[in-house]
Amino acid sequence: MNVPAAWYLVLAAVLFGVGAFGFLTKRSALIMFMCVELMLNAVNLTFVTFARTLSDVGGQATVFFVMVVAAAEVTVGLGIVVAVFRRRSSTSVDELSEMKG
Amino acid sequence: MAAVATLVLLMPLVGFLLVLLNGSFLKEKQVGYLGTGVVAVSFILTVAAFFMLLGDSSREVTVNLFSWISVGTLHVPAALLVDPLSITMCLFVTGISALIHLYSIGYMHGERDFRKFFLYLNLFVFSMLLLVLANNLVLTFVGWEGVGLCSYWLVSFYFDRDKAASAGKKAFIYNRVGDVGMLIAMFLLFSRTGTLTYLSVFARAGILTPTVATLVVLSLLLGATGKSAQIPLFNWLPDAMEGPTPVSALIHAATTVTAGVYLLCRMSPILALSVPGRTTIAIVGGVTAFVAATIACSQKDIKKVLAFSTISQIGYMVLAVGVGAYSAAIFLMICHAFFKALLFLGSGSVIHSLNGEQDLRKMGGLQKYLPLTFPTFLIGWLTISGVPPFAAFWSKGDILTNVFEYSKLLWILGVLTALLTAYYMSRLFVLTFRGNERFREVTSGHDPHESPWVMTAPLVVLAALSIVGGILGLPWIHHDSLSGFLNPTFGLIPALGHASGLSQVGLAVVDAAVAVLGIMAAVSIWSRGAEQPRYESSFLENVWHWDDFYDATIGRPLTLASQFGDDVIEPNIIDGAVTGVAVSVRRSADGLRKIQSGFVRHYALATVLGLAVIVVYLVARVG
Repeated sequence: MNVPAAWYLVLAAVLFGVGAFGFLTKRSALIMFMCVELMLNAVNLTFVTFARTLSDVGGQATVFFVMVVAAAEVTVGLGIVVAVFRRRSSTSVDELSEMKG
Repeated sequence: MAAVATLVLLMPLVGFLLVLLNGSFLKEKQVGYLGTGVVAVSFILTVAAFFMLLGDSSREVTVNLFSWISVGTLHVPAALLVDPLSITMCLFVTGISALIHLYSIGYMHGERDFRKFFLYLNLFVFSMLLLVLANNLVLTFVGWEGVGLCSYWLVSFYFDRDKAASAGKKAFIYNRVGDVGMLIAMFLLFSRTGTLTYLSVFARAGILTPTVATLVVLSLLLGATGKSAQIPLFNWLPDAMEGPTPVSALIHAATTVTAGVYLLCRMSPILALSVPGRTTIAIVGGVTAFVAATIACSQKDIKKVLAFSTISQIGYMVLAVGVGAYSAAIFLMICHAFFKALLFLGSGSVIHSLNGEQDLRKMGGLQKYLPLTFPTFLIGWLTISGVPPFAAFWSKGDILTNVFEYSKLLWILGVLTALLTAYYMSRLFVLTFRGNERFREVTSGHDPHESPWVMTAPLVVLAALSIVGGILGLPWIHHDSLSGFLNPTFGLIPALGHASGLSQVGLAVVDAAVAVLGIMAAVSIWSRGAEQPRYESSFLENVWHWDDFYDATIGRPLTLASQFGDDVIEPNIIDGAVTGVAVSVRRSADGLRKIQSGFVRHYALATVLGLAVIVVYLVARVG
């Protein structure tokens, strides 16, 4: 069975939209993290799709880079979230507004 | 010759450096005798150079030391010019300075900054010798500035006194004004002749147009009025009395004030090109001589009287330069060095004996307490008054004879000045040494004491020189008189026509009569008492309100302008620009900071919207 490339792209767009909507609306830092991951992977999906469609392995290689960077980012990000939670017993980002102008 | 002339110049510098580097290891006496010794050696070497010069056929020796400045077409060597004029100057500069150094050992004994004093004195003599011996205007200017600087240091020697500090500044600033004149003269000469070496400038003097020559002469005159304390820049000299008395003697007799007259004499070939320039010089000199003499009649401070008498005497010299009688000017300069050093050192001895009192009204009757100062001062008094046969009678007579040929009006001014000179000096003498004793309160009842030998010995030597100084005018240098010796140096102007023997005798009789008249008038007035308000006009005592005039025309407007700058320009324009930038930055920042809400989702939304805009733009472009 050969799924058309457009389906993958639509799925990726939907995933990205869900991620972006969640990122903009949620207050919990953890949920926002998950949303960021969702967006990243939606982009990864488009990369892979185009790599297959265009027969260019560059797209797949980029995906590996994105995953590595995402993993590193999660490590640091979660560390920060844990540190913030320890200090304030909450992960609501709306309370983290000390740097506002 | 080259080595001797170089050593003459360098000896005071050696003394300066030795004291500068070892001063703290040397005892006070050692510093004093070292400082005096180097100048004395310099004097002996000058005498040797003098006799060498007499043996030299050209009587003009240039000693090249090294090439100093060489830029484009400007070549300035560090070179000395030994000729009759410079050697004559050196002889009395080093001779008088050595005596003043010796005197200072006694006068400055126990002062806090004794070493520093000798340091400055040696540098002072070095600068003066550099000024005199230099073979070009630039090197002369270095010495010229050095003299100004040392005057400043020495005048404000007691710098912790307000008056001394401001007197030093005054001397410095007045001299700066004059320096501008000298610089302009140098620029003009270089732009026209392409050189600043005296002999080359004189050789090419012919290409100067009369206008340029007049400009150069007037600029030089401005320089000379600053250094030699002539109208309009004479006010600094009386204030310079705040320095220690030996400094006054040095400035007045041997160094600073003679520099201006020397410069004019040195530049005589240029002076010869400009009749209006010379007329201006003569008028400035004559008027200064008279004005200063009137002021001296009403001063109450013994040193102030002497200061104004110096201005007056220098005025005679400038007058002589103006009428073209250069050698007469130098003749009076030498005699003046003798008797003015004598008078200053004598007054220093008086002040020393009265624990620093300088007010004439608190002196009197010192005759019997100062057995050596009194007779020497007496000789100084008779000399400056122009009584024959002392030195000033001959030298002043020489000038007045020349002036008589030049202009009867200036001659009358000169004779009036001579009358006033005799009058105010007699007033000084009577108030100091004669009459009743008014000094008991300053000495707390003690008898004044005579000064030590280091102070009185120079007085005796100078008194002897003042007596016999007149013989310089006789033919004694290889059958030549002083003027015959000096004249080849000067750019002479066509002779005025010599006064006949009979009129010369007549003029001499007038001079002598005027001197005696002045003395008699003063003695008869001032023997009656120290307070004679009728003869001491406050207008004269306040120096014709000259300082007030400068204060009103220059000082106050400048103060007002500065005040305006402080009150208006500084807060509104300068500060306004600075704070304006700061305020506008803060205002725009106040608007922009609202964007920074601190909510992550706001930033994310901004990112998304921005992205959307870019996407729409790209799609629209492609579509």
